Amino acid sequence: MRIILDRAKCTGIGICEALAPTVFEVDDNGELVVLSAEVPEDARNEVAEAVEGCPTMALRLRS
Amino acid sequence: MSTATVRTGPGSLVVVGASLAGLRAVEAARKTGFAGRITLIGDEPHLPYDRPPLSKELLAPGGPTDPVTLRSRAELVDELGVELLLGAPATGLDPDAGVVHAGGEDVAYDALVVATGAAARGLPGTEGLAGVHVLRTLDDARAVRRALDEGARTVVVGAGFIGSEVASAARKRGSPVTIVEALPAPLVRSVGSDLGAALALLHTRNGTALRCGQAVAALEGTGRVEGVRLADDTVIEADLVVVGIGAVPRTDWLAGSGLPVDDGVVCDEFLRAGAPGVYAAGDVVRWHNPLFDRSMRVEHWSSAAEQGARAARNAVSPADAQPYATVPYFWSDWYGSRVQFAGVATHDGYEIVSGDPAGDHFVALYREGDRLTGVLTLNGQRHVMKYRRLIAQRARFDEAIAFARTSAPTRPASTAS
Ligand SMILES: Cc1cc2nc3c(=O)[nH]c(=O)nc-3n(C[C@H](O)[C@H](O)[C@H](O)COP(=O)(O)OP(=O)(O)OC[C@H]3O[C@@H](n4cnc5c(N)ncnc54)[C@H](O)[C@@H]3O)c2cc1C
Ligand code: SF4
Repeated sequence: MRIILDRAKCTGIGICEALAPTVFEVDDNGELVVLSAEVPEDARNEVAEAVEGCPTMALRLRS
Repeated sequence: MSTATVRTGPGSLVVVGASLAGLRAVEAARKTGFAGRITLIGDEPHLPYDRPPLSKELLAPGGPTDPVTLRSRAELVDELGVELLLGAPATGLDPDAGVVHAGGEDVAYDALVVATGAAARGLPGTEGLAGVHVLRTLDDARAVRRALDEGARTVVVGAGFIGSEVASAARKRGSPVTIVEALPAPLVRSVGSDLGAALALLHTRNGTALRCGQAVAALEGTGRVEGVRLADDTVIEADLVVVGIGAVPRTDWLAGSGLPVDDGVVCDEFLRAGAPGVYAAGDVVRWHNPLFDRSMRVEHWSSAAEQGARAARNAVSPADAQPYATVPYFWSDWYGSRVQFAGVATHDGYEIVSGDPAGDHFVALYREGDRLTGVLTLNGQRHVMKYRRLIAQRARFDEAIAFARTSAPTRPASTAS
């Protein structure tokens, strides 16, 4: 499964990073860096929670 | 299921409050496989929409005027199988009978999630004076936006987060704006007086006048507001007054229900409200947060969303109930800068570990005894969640300071990505 980030929607609030720190990191400019575009096997649940937890609905998963 | 025991859970779920916490409640109930009847009751006529944009994008010059709807009617009704009762205020709860009174109907429940949020506190005696608004609902935001677009001279009463966002929106249009705050510094209760004063510099740097330690004596004008009279008798002329002096939990409709209410619906760590099958979530709940071992009520987006989901899961599968522990987290956007806070602001002291409180970037850590309990950042997006994690791990303050020393300098010339 791949993580699709809609940059136009993301405002760098960082809730995804709080939920899945190995996959998401907000940088100094407030831009989200997706550290692994492919969902790591061991972080499936956290990534699913991050997708759901994003306040701006900027994250999607595509199989 | 591997065992032969079949647990019979509740057959019907009723959620009162059709906003963030309520929406997340109905979604989570379905996600756990709950197949019973779900009713979502809301007093606003609108489908659930998102509030943070009301004081940000919806006030921006040329920004959108329609809200961000969290789910469409089709998603709610057809996909999630939710019965929607919108424009139907709940007026009473009878926990013995298991009935909510709403919109003239009696709605029976086996499990109930109370998610009625909070209402903005107004200035007493200013009802019916045109040009005076609070900012909580879509209708409020549209009214404030209209006035800002007309170039209103603006006074914001209360130097809180939402008021600060309103001031930013006025300054974006070059309109004159004054913030009046009764306390000696802004945000004293949320971030402490020193750092409240540091954040206040953003206002003065961006041309917003700030009058601290000044109570509002009266609003001037008949029919329509013309100015704000302060305690020292100065009058600030205004076409728009936005009152941002906090919010009160909407528990009025629970009067007589016997549910314990004390600045919010009082719940244990499982978000249980003390009557069979009754849970509460979001801005309306005062619950026991095991992570800080204290009762708290927070008005933050992420906890409202998470509590909604947790309360519903616990409500439909009480045998698998889990506590809700969190590090409260909040963000706010001022003049293109981002303010973020996680944890609790304690009075045992703080330390700046990056940047400068007088500048445009800093990271401050709060302590309680020898424990790290909070982090405040200004334009410190890269930092905040790392410290939030440390707070969740109950890190010691000296461990956090050590972490700050070893983590990369603040603004590296280039970032690897
Ligand atoms: C302008 C604004 C900006 C914000 N910005 C941020 C931000 O930047 N970051 C952040 O973290 N948080 C922010 N917040 C806070 C965040 O929006 C709230 O924490 C969140 O909306 C709480 O959700 P809730 O569902 O608990 O309550 P609410 O959103 O208040 O929803 C409660 C719903 O219940 C309804 N209701 C109340 N009583 C009844 C009744 N008797 N019967 C039926 N329905 C009833 C209400 O009308 C409302 O629709 C902001 C809030 C506002 C108002
Ligand atoms: S939670 Fe959403 S908005 Fe926030 S940084 Fe992640 S993707 Fe962006």
